[in-house]
Amino acid sequence: MNLMTLLEMAAESMAGRVALQCGAARLTCAGLFAGAGRAAQRIRAAQVSQVALLDVASPALPLALFGAAWAGVPFAPLNYRLSGAELGALLERISPALLITDSGRAAQLAQRPGLQVLPRDEFIAHASASGTPGAAEAAGAPGDWSMQPEDPAVLLFTSGTTGAPKAAVLRHRHLVSYILGTVEFMSAAEEEANLVSVPPYHVAGVAALLSSLYAGRRIVQLAEFGASAWLDCAESESISHAFLVPTMLARIADELAATGRVVPPTLRALAYGGGRMPLPVIERAMRLFPPTASFTNAYGLTETSSTLSVLGPEEHRAALAGGDAMARQRLASVGRPLPGIEVQVRGPGGEVLPPGERGEIHVRGEQVSGEYLDGNSRLQADGWFPTRDGGYLDSAGYLFVEGRMDDIIVRGGENLSPGEIEAVLHEHEAVSDCAVVGVPDEEWGEAVAAVVALETGRSASARELQTHVRARLRSSRVPTSVHFVDELPYSETGKLLRRQIRDFLAAPPEAQPEPASTAPAAGEAAPTDSAPAEAPEAAAAPPPAPGRAGRRRFRALLGMALLAAALLAAWFAFSRF
Amino acid sequence: MQLKAGDRLKSAVCQTQVMVIAAPAGDVELCCGGAPLLSLDAEAQGGAPDPGHSGGTLIGKRYVSADGNLELLCTRPGEGSLSVGAAPLAVKEAKALPSSD
Repeated sequence: MNLMTLLEMAAESMAGRVALQCGAARLTCAGLFAGAGRAAQRIRAAQVSQVALLDVASPALPLALFGAAWAGVPFAPLNYRLSGAELGALLERISPALLITDSGRAAQLAQRPGLQVLPRDEFIAHASASGTPGAAEAAGAPGDWSMQPEDPAVLLFTSGTTGAPKAAVLRHRHLVSYILGTVEFMSAAEEEANLVSVPPYHVAGVAALLSSLYAGRRIVQLAEFGASAWLDCAESESISHAFLVPTMLARIADELAATGRVVPPTLRALAYGGGRMPLPVIERAMRLFPPTASFTNAYGLTETSSTLSVLGPEEHRAALAGGDAMARQRLASVGRPLPGIEVQVRGPGGEVLPPGERGEIHVRGEQVSGEYLDGNSRLQADGWFPTRDGGYLDSAGYLFVEGRMDDIIVRGGENLSPGEIEAVLHEHEAVSDCAVVGVPDEEWGEAVAAVVALETGRSASARELQTHVRARLRSSRVPTSVHFVDELPYSETGKLLRRQIRDFLAAPPEAQPEPASTAPAAGEAAPTDSAPAEAPEAAAAPPPAPGRAGRRRFRALLGMALLAAALLAAWFAFSRF
Repeated sequence: MQLKAGDRLKSAVCQTQVMVIAAPAGDVELCCGGAPLLSLDAEAQGGAPDPGHSGGTLIGKRYVSADGNLELLCTRPGEGSLSVGAAPLAVKEAKALPSSD
C-alpha cells in the first residue's frame, strides 16, 4: 500500500490528462509518473532519511511527494515563512535530509550539516529530464517501491499555534485510506480543474494533490494567494473546484463586494475549512458567489489525513433559503462524519456524552494517524484519537466545533468556550471579526477578554457589545474587557493566532498600543474609574494593530458583590467547558 | 493463499491487478477469472477467464467479500471477475461525497 499505487493507476488510465499546472508549466499524469521515477533515483542516491521541501507551490511539490514515496523516504514540506531559528530547529529534527528549496535559500543553507541542498529548478529539470539527456532511462523501474502500509509517507509540522510545532506522521495506509474512502477513481470530467492556493506544508495542500490526481481533476497551483489573483486564475483557467481557508474566502468576498467582479460560472464546488468560519462570513460569501457555486465545509486535522466531516452543498442551500432555524444553525456546524469516520464527544473523565453536551471531540478511522515524529502518539489503544478540539454533536449527528480545548477559559471554576462567545459577538452588525481569550485575573483565575475589529464605518462601544452578549448568554460569559483593533492576527493558513492575542493582552497596560476598555459583567461590583493608559507608539509591534484609542480602562472592584458572583459562578459550573 | 494489506496480485488469465486493502487471517482462495491470483512478479501461464467468472473488473473499484473481511482495490482492469472460491466478490458501493480539498 503506497501512494505510488494511486499515481500509477492515474498514469495508466489517464496518461495524457494534465495532472498539474503551475503558470506555464504542465505535467500530465504519465509525465508526473516518469518524473517521480527520476526524482526517486536522485533521492535514493542521496541516502537520506527525509526529503524536505521549503518552497511555495510548484511542480516540485508532486515530484518530491511521489519521488519520496517511490524511494521509500518520508516527505516533509516545510513552512517557508518560518524565521531562521524556527526553521533551523525543524531542519535539525529531520536531518539527514535532502532539501529542495529556491536558489536563494539553497545558497544560504548549503553548508548546513546533515543537509543536502538541491535548488528547486535543478530538481524539476532533473525530474522532467529536460536538462539531462538519457535521464529517462535512469528512472526507477515501475513497481520498484515498498508496499508496506506502515511506512511513513508524509511528515507535516502542525501549525504550533499553542506551542512548538509537532511533526505529525502520516503513513501510506492513512493517506491511501483517506483517498479510497473519499474519492471515486477517475470520477472527474476532463475539463474539471481544482485551484489549490493553500501552501504545500498544509495538510489540505497534500490532500488536494492526491484527491485531484485520483479523481482525474487538473490541479492548478496558485503559488501566492491574493483575492484578485485568485479570481483572475479562476477565470483564465475555467476553474471548477477550489479549496479555501476561511480568511481567504473572506478576502475574496471583500474583493467581490468592493469591485463588483463576479465569480466565473465554471466554479461549481467551493470547499472551505482549516479554521473557524463565522456564520456572517459564510452567509455573506454565499450571497456574493453565484448560485452555480456550491459550498462544502470540511473539518479535519493534520493528524487525521485531512477531512473528517463535511457539511455539503444541500445543507448550505437550505441554510441560505431561510425559514428553517435549524438549517441556519447547522451552517455553523462542520456537518456529519465521513462514512469511514466515527465521532464521539467525551467529558473530562472520558465518558461519552449525549448529543448537545460539550466536551472533547474524539475520532476513529483508518485515515487517523494521531502520532508524531518523536515517537509520541495520542492514538488510544482502541483507535480513538482525542482531537483537543472542543464541541458537541446535535441530535442528527451534526458536529459543532467550538475551538481548541487549550483555549477554554476557566473562570471561577466554570469552563467557558471562546467559540460560543465569539459566535454571539459576530452576530452584532458592527463586528467584523473578534476573538475571545482568557486573561489572568486575581479574583477569577481567568477573565474573559474580547478583541474586536469593527466593520468599516460602524461603531460600537465596549458596553454595547457587553450588553449584546449579556442578552444572549449567561452573565459569566460577558467579556470583562473589550479591546478594539483594526484586524486580528492570522497565520498564512488562516489560523487565528490566539497566543499572540494573549501575549498582547498580557503586556502591561502602559506597553499596550491602545487603552483597553473594561466594564463589569452582570452580577459584579460597579467599577471605579482609573486613568486611561497612554500608549507609546513603539509598543505597537503585536499584530493586533492599534485601534480606536481613548477608551477607558476600568478595574473591577473587589468586595462582597464579587464574592457573591463567585458563588454564583460556582453554582453554574456544571457546563462541561 | 495468505493475504495482507498492501499485497499486490495479478490475474493468471487476464490483465486484472489488485491491491489488498484488508484481508482476514488464514488462507483465502482468491481467484480472478476462475483461476487463483498470482503475486505480481510470478510468471502467468496464460489462458482465458472461465465463462462463469468473466464479468470483468473495473479500475478504481473496491471489491469485497460477503462478510466484508476481504477488500481489494482493482489497480488494473481485466476480463475476469474476482471471487473467493466460487463466491463472487461484490463491488463496494461508495456514497458520492462532495469534494473537500
